[in-house]
Amino acid sequence: MSGINIVGGHVVLPGQEKAEALHLHIEGEAISSVGKAAPIADQIDAAGLIVAPGIIDLGVFKTDKPAFRFGGITRAALMPDQSPVHDDPATVRYAALKGKPDFWVHPLAAATRDLAGLHMAEIALMKEAGAVGVATGRKWIADSGVMLRIMRYCAALDLPVIVHCEDGGLAGNAVATHGETATLLGLSSASPASESLAISRDLLLAEESGAHVHFRQVTTARGLDLIRAAKAKGLRISCGITPAHLFLSDNAVSDFRTFARLSPPLRSEADRLACISAVADGTIDVLASGHDPKGPEEKRLPFSEAAPGMAGAETLLALSLNLVRDGTISTGRLFELLATNPARILNLNAGRIAERCEADLILIDPDAPWQVDADRMTAFAGNTPFDKLPVQGRVRQIMKGGKVL
Amino acid sequence: MRRLPPSPFPSMGIALMTWTQAFAADRFPSGSDAFPHKHLLGIAGLQNWEILYILKEAEQWVALNRSGAAKHDDRLAGLTIINAFFENSTRTLLSFEIAGKRLGADVVNMHAAQSSVKKGETLIDTAMTLNAMRADAIVIRHASSGAVQLISSKVDCPVLNAGDGSHEHPTQALLDALTIMRRKGKIEGQTVVICGDVLHSRVARSNLFCLKSLGAEVRVVAPPALMPIGIEAFGANVYSNFDAALAGADVVMKFRLQNERMQGDFIPSPREYFHLYGLDERRLALAKPDALVMHPGPMNRGVEIASNIADHVERSAITEQVEMGVAVRMACLDILTRKARRVEGWA
Repeated sequence: MSGINIVGGHVVLPGQEKAEALHLHIEGEAISSVGKAAPIADQIDAAGLIVAPGIIDLGVFKTDKPAFRFGGITRAALMPDQSPVHDDPATVRYAALKGKPDFWVHPLAAATRDLAGLHMAEIALMKEAGAVGVATGRKWIADSGVMLRIMRYCAALDLPVIVHCEDGGLAGNAVATHGETATLLGLSSASPASESLAISRDLLLAEESGAHVHFRQVTTARGLDLIRAAKAKGLRISCGITPAHLFLSDNAVSDFRTFARLSPPLRSEADRLACISAVADGTIDVLASGHDPKGPEEKRLPFSEAAPGMAGAETLLALSLNLVRDGTISTGRLFELLATNPARILNLNAGRIAERCEADLILIDPDAPWQVDADRMTAFAGNTPFDKLPVQGRVRQIMKGGKVL
Repeated sequence: MRRLPPSPFPSMGIALMTWTQAFAADRFPSGSDAFPHKHLLGIAGLQNWEILYILKEAEQWVALNRSGAAKHDDRLAGLTIINAFFENSTRTLLSFEIAGKRLGADVVNMHAAQSSVKKGETLIDTAMTLNAMRADAIVIRHASSGAVQLISSKVDCPVLNAGDGSHEHPTQALLDALTIMRRKGKIEGQTVVICGDVLHSRVARSNLFCLKSLGAEVRVVAPPALMPIGIEAFGANVYSNFDAALAGADVVMKFRLQNERMQGDFIPSPREYFHLYGLDERRLALAKPDALVMHPGPMNRGVEIASNIADHVERSAITEQVEMGVAVRMACLDILTRKARRVEGWA
C-alpha cells in the first residue's frame, strides 16, 4: 500500500465533541481509512496537533489563496460582487476553475443582473457552470416580488439563496449602528431594526416559497430571535456570522478606525453578547471570514468614505478557537460551524473527516501564540479590525485533495 | 454622563466675581501643562480647565481687537498657516484668516474648489502636500466626520479642526462659551437650550460637550428624525417640545437645517418646521426675561429664527459670537504654535 498516513494527531470526527487520538490514511485524493494507518506509506507526524476538516468559508469577496492557506481554508464560496459581476455562466465557470487544483472556489451566482435587484439573472445556466448557490450580494433586494420569484426559482433548482439582511430604506447611507459611538463621532447611523426587518420579510418569503435561505450575517439579538423561532417552526433556513461581530462591538469604531467599518456595521455590546449566545445554543450555523481585503486606496479615507469590509481569512480560525477556549462550544461543534455546515448548505461532499471523503485536512496547533499584524499579513490587503491582537491557534499543515500544500 | 470628566474647580462661578478673576493665571497648570495637546480636533477630548485656559487666553485678544486702529501683534511673524477648506465657508474661513493675520502670521487659504481634490487626489495625498510645504499650522474644514483627525495623523504641524462633517467644530463651541461667559458672568448652572438639526450639527455636539464640561444644564430640542440616538449619554436633557424646553432658559442657541447633509425627508416643510421649532417673540417670552439668543450662522430667517429676534439688540448675541470667534481663534493659534516658537515652558 502507498499513500499518506497522518499519525499521532487528535482527529475531529463528525458528531463528536472532542477530537479523538487516531490515525488516518489517505489514498489518492480521498481519506481511505479513519483509524488505521497503512503499513507502508509516507508519514505525517501530527503529534500534539488537531487534525480537522479544511475550513469551507461561506461568502468571501476575493479569491486570495495566500490568506486562505494561512487560515486553513481549503474551499470558499465566492460572492458574486466581482468586477464584472458574476451574473452569467461564463464568469461563473471561470471563477470555479480559478483556484484549482490546490484551492477550490465555489461560486455563488448573482440573484439579479448586475446585482441591481431588478431582473433575475440566468440562475439555471450558472448552476450548470458551477454555481453552488445564489446570492443577493452586499445589498438586499428591495422589491419583495423579485425576491419571492427568485426564491421560488431557486427552490425548484435546489439552490440555497444567500441573503444580506439589511433593509435598504432603513440602512440608507448609514455607516454605523445607532448608539453612543455613532452620536459621539457624528457618523450617520441606522437602527439595528434594519436587520430584523429584512430577516422578517425573507422568512415570510422563505416559508411561502419553500426555498433554503441562508442569512449570511445575522448580527442583532432581534434578528437571531427571529431565526431561532423560524427554525423551531421547521423552516429550511440557516444563518452565519463573522468573528468580528462576535468579538467586537461598535466602540471598535472609535477614533474613526476604518478597518472596523463593516457591512452590516458592528453592533452594540448587548447585540454582540446575543450573538455569542446564539453560537452556544446552535442558532448560528456558520462561522465565516467575510474575507474582503481592501487596500489603503479604499480604507485610508475618512470613515464614511472608506469602503466597508475586512480581511478575515487569516484570523478566522484563531479567533474562532476562542469560542472553544472560553467554553462556548466544543471543538467538534466549531468544525461543524467552519466546515460541515457550510458544506451541507452548499451541497458539497466535503467538510468532514470520513472514509471516501475528499482529503481536505488541516493540522492545527491550537495553542500556538501569534499576533495579528495588519502590516504583515499574507492577504491581498491587511484591513483587519483585530490589528495587534494576540491570538492562539495556527495551521501547521494544509492538505487539499490528498496533496500537502 | 460619560467621557467628560468632572470639574476640578467645583466652585468656579462664584457670585460677585467675574469669571476671569475666578481664574487668575496661577489657577492653571504652568507652561504646556495648561494645554498639553498638539492639535485641536474636538472638545470631547479636552479637560474642562483646558477649555477654560483657552477662554482666558482669548480675553486679551478681545481687548486687542477692540483697541482701535492698530490691532496687531507680531508673535506669529514668520509662521505659515494654511486654511485648507474642503467645504464651503465664509465666516469661519474669514475668522481664521483674520486671527492669523492679527498675530502676524502668513496666512494662505486653500479652497477645495480650486484644488487637486477635484482632480481625484486623495485626502492623505493632499495632506502630505500641505505638510511638505512646511506649514506651521493647518486649519481644516471637511464634509466628512473624522477627516481632520485623519489628516492630523499624517502631518507634523498642529492641526485645528474648523468643522468635520457632523462630528465637531471646537472653535465654534469655544467662542460660544466665551460669549456666554462674558454676557452671563459664568456658565456653571446656566440653562442652555440647543435647538435645531442636532443630528447633523457638529456645532451642537461641540457645544454640548463644552457646556456640560463647564457645568451648564443643556437641553436639546430637535424634530424626532433630527435627534441623535443616545445623546442623553453625554448629559443632554432631551426635549421634543420647544416650548417646554424654553421654560426658565438662560440661553437659546438656534441651528440651521443642514439640508446638504440630509438624504430624504427629515421634516415636511420649512413652514411646519418654523411652526414647531422657530424662535419668535412668543416663544422667547417663555425663557427667562434676560435670555440670550445665539446662532452660529448662516441664519435662515423665517425658518429657524424670526428676523426681529435675530436683530434684537439686547437679546441677540449673534454678532458678538462672530467677534469672539476671532479672539478664540487667535488664542488657539497662539497656544498651539508655542512649542514650535519655543515659548518658555512650552518647547
